[in-house]
Amino acid sequence: MWIFDRDLWSEIFNTLGKNMLRTILTMLGVIFAMIILMLLLGSANGMSNGFDKLFAGTASNSLFVWSQRTSEPYKGFERGRRISFKLEDAEIIKKQVPEIEVLAPRIELGSHRNVVTVYRKGRKSGSSVYGDYPEIDNITKKKLIAGRFLNKNDIESSKKVCVIGEETVKFLFDKGDEAIGEDIRINGVFFTVVGIYKPNNNINIDGKNAVFIPFTTFQKAFNSGDRLGWMAIAVKEDIKVPVVEEKIKKILKAKYDIHPNDPRAIGSFDMSEIFNNISSFTTVLKGVSFFVGIFTLLAGVIAISNILLITVKERTKEIGVRRALGATPRIVKRQILLEAIVLTTFAGLIGFAISVGALVGIGALAEGSEAPFVNPMVSIVQFGASFLLMIFLSVLIGLLPANRAIKIKPIEALREE
Amino acid sequence: MIEIKNLHKSYKMGSNSLHVLKGINFNVEEGELVAIMGSSGSGKSTLLNILGMLDNSDSGEYNLDGVPIKDLNETKAARYRNKFLGFVFQSFNLINYKSAAENVALPLYYQKVGRKERQEKALKYLEQVGLRDWASHLPSELSGGQKQRVAIARALAAEPKVLLADEPTGALDSTTSYEVMDLIQKINDAGNTILVVTHEPDIADMCKRIVHLKDGVIVEDKKIEQVRADQYV
Repeated sequence: MWIFDRDLWSEIFNTLGKNMLRTILTMLGVIFAMIILMLLLGSANGMSNGFDKLFAGTASNSLFVWSQRTSEPYKGFERGRRISFKLEDAEIIKKQVPEIEVLAPRIELGSHRNVVTVYRKGRKSGSSVYGDYPEIDNITKKKLIAGRFLNKNDIESSKKVCVIGEETVKFLFDKGDEAIGEDIRINGVFFTVVGIYKPNNNINIDGKNAVFIPFTTFQKAFNSGDRLGWMAIAVKEDIKVPVVEEKIKKILKAKYDIHPNDPRAIGSFDMSEIFNNISSFTTVLKGVSFFVGIFTLLAGVIAISNILLITVKERTKEIGVRRALGATPRIVKRQILLEAIVLTTFAGLIGFAISVGALVGIGALAEGSEAPFVNPMVSIVQFGASFLLMIFLSVLIGLLPANRAIKIKPIEALREE
Repeated sequence: MIEIKNLHKSYKMGSNSLHVLKGINFNVEEGELVAIMGSSGSGKSTLLNILGMLDNSDSGEYNLDGVPIKDLNETKAARYRNKFLGFVFQSFNLINYKSAAENVALPLYYQKVGRKERQEKALKYLEQVGLRDWASHLPSELSGGQKQRVAIARALAAEPKVLLADEPTGALDSTTSYEVMDLIQKINDAGNTILVVTHEPDIADMCKRIVHLKDGVIVEDKKIEQVRADQYV
């Protein structure tokens, strides 16, 4: 195989090496193109990773359903009727919609988004207070910095325990005080702190200052009966959230005599929608940067071809001499083509090395910032694809000067001026 | 070694046709040192180009070492050139970024000779032209005479049947010219067949036979008493 021919390669590297300036100038275009391509791809990846981190801890395929007022009269009911879900609804839905992975009913003390005053030894904090099932942790993951989250046992025996936010601890405790095991007072009822959570730097639907108590305890302590505030639902993998959303709404509308076309009576929020929007945004971004980068690369490779074309003209005499000494057109063509490929490959690798260094630097700079930009780096696949494409382009474009070179007849090249 | 019968060549110049070679007949035996003389336009360069397979004839026969040379494509011509012929040019035509030894080894590379053997042979032929110590020098570091000697070593390296020299002394002063001719004579003494194209009578006199071309025909073909070049060196 000629590809393993040591002489062939040393001939090529000699030619390129002994014309260093020309070689480097030729490579510059591709080096810069590769840098641009890799930086674009890396940045797009960094953004994508950043958004992923933002969403980490929130099940992306989750759905929240709550009750509102009706906006259509139906079956003798007037519009504006306040709907209130019951705990049994959760059971019914779980039974009738098999696509649901987790369903966690939740209730909030006071009206939604209003805070409740929580007391401890003369200190107070305005916090949100939620009655929860342990399953909620599968939908909005909480980072516990001390103690534990609510568990099944707490629910079954309606324990007066609570998990509180880092922010809540700041209001209720002195710095350095142990919060676990201490009691706090909500609406005159005492709860023992069993865990402290820290909000992630990401989408947080619970807020920083919140108190979670077992759902069953909530019912007894605050006399909420079988009311429920809203349902947090995670659907099974590979199942579209809107489909499940429709099913649930249909069941609830039938149960509460709501007009099937009433858009307001049941509120819901599809987390996957934002998630999909952002992920399609980053996908488009990646696509665009690949596109832009590839064209830059094409320009770089064309620059190589252009310079090789000039070089061939400049080397007319040399090529003529080689032909006179017995180089066949094939050998000449192969030499020029391989020069183009070797130049492109080296330039590509240099550009790649530089851009990886730059990306590492950018990543380190972005580390501390709030911006959704994490670990900007190209994947092996992206690199491999761009690299192969680059080589392919260089072969295609190297043919131009190579064909020019074999058109040189030795007699023309050797003609004395 | 070389047999040429009734060789014709004409170039098209627009609507006119320029008849350059008008029926050349000539033979060269092995070991001859032939000078081809003529004024410019006499057809001597065209004849050399055809002999060197750099150009095709329109009609006529050309046999080189018993092999008929006709209907050559580029690839075949390149192989034959490599196998049969060594070229020496007026302007040396060394590859300027290759050292003397690398230049000499180049035809061997195209013969697919192994690198070690190539290196040895290159040094051997450089030794023969007296430039062994200059093996690693670039052409730009050599004088004109030295360059031509490297070119001769390169032509010899492929061990060709015939050496074709096109005005080998055209770019050299007379002292250096005689040095180069001395080298050519010595190579001829060793049994090599050499054709020298020249328009300088003193160079032609250093060959063993002079073929005179005028207006595309051979007007004179005579064996002469060789003038040795070493007496001028």
